Amino acid sequence: MADVATQQSRTKTAPHRRNFFSKLFLHNLSAKIAALPMIATVLVIFVGCTIWTVYYSFTNSRLLPRNEFVGFDQYARLFGTSRWNVSITNLIMYGSMSLVLTLTLGFLLAVLMDQKVRFESAFRTIMLYPFALSFIVTGLVWQWIMNPTLGLQGTFRNLGWTGFTFDWISNPRMVLFALLIAGLWQGVGFCMILMLAGLRGVDEEIWKAARVDGIPTWRTYVSVVLPMMRGVLVTAVVIIGSGIVRLYDLVVALTNGGPGISSEVPAKYVYDYMFGGGNIGQGLAAASMMLLTVLIIMIPWAYLEFGGKGRR
Amino acid sequence: MSGAAPTTPSTSGTEPRGPRPKPFFTPKKIIIYTTLFFFSLYFLFPLYVMVVTSLKSMPEIRFGNIFALPAAPNFDAWVKAWTSACTGLTCNGLSPGFWNSVRITIPSTIVSIFIAAVNGYALVNWRFKGSEIFFSILIFGSFIPYQVMLYPLVIITREMGIFGSLQGVILIHTIFGMPILTLLFRNYFASLPQELFKAARVDGAGFWRIFFEIMLPMSLPIFVVALILQVTGIWNDFLFGVVFAGTQNLPMTVQLNNIVNSAQGTPEYNVNMAATVLTGLVPLIIYFVSGKLFVRGVAAGAVKG
Repeated sequence: MADVATQQSRTKTAPHRRNFFSKLFLHNLSAKIAALPMIATVLVIFVGCTIWTVYYSFTNSRLLPRNEFVGFDQYARLFGTSRWNVSITNLIMYGSMSLVLTLTLGFLLAVLMDQKVRFESAFRTIMLYPFALSFIVTGLVWQWIMNPTLGLQGTFRNLGWTGFTFDWISNPRMVLFALLIAGLWQGVGFCMILMLAGLRGVDEEIWKAARVDGIPTWRTYVSVVLPMMRGVLVTAVVIIGSGIVRLYDLVVALTNGGPGISSEVPAKYVYDYMFGGGNIGQGLAAASMMLLTVLIIMIPWAYLEFGGKGRR
Repeated sequence: MSGAAPTTPSTSGTEPRGPRPKPFFTPKKIIIYTTLFFFSLYFLFPLYVMVVTSLKSMPEIRFGNIFALPAAPNFDAWVKAWTSACTGLTCNGLSPGFWNSVRITIPSTIVSIFIAAVNGYALVNWRFKGSEIFFSILIFGSFIPYQVMLYPLVIITREMGIFGSLQGVILIHTIFGMPILTLLFRNYFASLPQELFKAARVDGAGFWRIFFEIMLPMSLPIFVVALILQVTGIWNDFLFGVVFAGTQNLPMTVQLNNIVNSAQGTPEYNVNMAATVLTGLVPLIIYFVSGKLFVRGVAAGAVKG
């Protein structure tokens, strides 16, 4: 960094070189002071804390962080723990279902809303209000609805439909679908809003041209409009994806990881080991794995975004 | 994946878009409105259940019809949820949590918006070496899961002596609000005419004077958007509250979860739902009052401008 700066100043005229330090520190001094909180956040929190976490994930820290290196031991233990393996399987299962369904339903609803429907703003208000609510509220409401004795299942049984089962929340094999119902309820409206903005951004001329050519509406959506909405789609995928990796509150409120460990997720593993289990090393290793996951999602995206900008 | 299949045919309205006169009840219209209607039921049902349950008595709830309207609607459960429901060991209801949330939300919102506004302004009008690099890392960093930074932040706040205090949570919210808010303000200030800034500079106004006398008065709309984004975001937070607030300062979301999920004895579902409604009320009011601005706020928090 400093090398580049000196070289640059050397190529310029002599007075500039003399002023190098005053330029680096005093030029725009107020702006630099004003930006200090941002710079500190970047260096201390986003860079510093992340490095700290990765660094200590290679130690055998238990109750307190310790500087004794154990290599990949924490990671080996992590992947030898059934709870962690269940957590990542859940995240992959829930994540892929949630991503596909949120995008599909969001797009479907946006297309429907784009057909000049009456009461559009009423429909939009209804679909988006869950997004205003916290995951805790979302989780607790659905926990009540899915209550096996007094919720939907009990209601239908009392109404005479005695074979009715909707026990997803207490059924280890179905609990992820219970999470999914609540997660979709909270997030689909927002995805719809994004997609609707994307659809409205498509030029009316495209539609006219497609109609003239006699292309069926659904074909136009799939082969013309969707590719044109690439930007919105990528944004939606990145937002939904990073939300899925962070998934925590909803699980705590809806199932608290149960029944058994069947709805555990990585974020909860991290929290429980860091603050409840007295095994910080495990928590840090799990957190580092979350970081790695996000990087795997983020790097292709960053490449597309910034690589694409140069070409345009 | 497979669940989406049955609903897709409604998109593929293969109706030719010809000039033929259309009655209102075309098959396409019927499909569209029916689909929207059923989705609306899905979205509205939990709100209905939440409110209706909170107005029932426990015997009525045990009767077991989640759809039924309350026979004798009353707010007893709301009063109990507010004043005397048990959260863990104490039984003072949600009200302490509500005031904690207020005490957390107000300063966090003000401080984070002010810092972000200044940052955005510096990034647009007073660039310096490295400013864009810092900004890029800031945006990139906002995608890192909070869990990655949680433990070192506990150590930092503990060293600063603000772990387990309101200041601690406020600081954390300010930090994590920074990326999105800075982006918001940067994009807004970049959209303002540069001539204004240049004219002020020619007239000899400095960094702060231009900010307070020219930029701030022009940025009311974006302040409202940022306000909505932050108030709802901070109010709805759970993780930072549970980690950094300390048992005396738990925000409403954490208290709510404690009331419902760690209740000893027989659960009182009406009180639980009343507490849930109460916690959701603040963001819901903001949502209904602010309308399109809310959409702008959450979309700005998400869409790169």
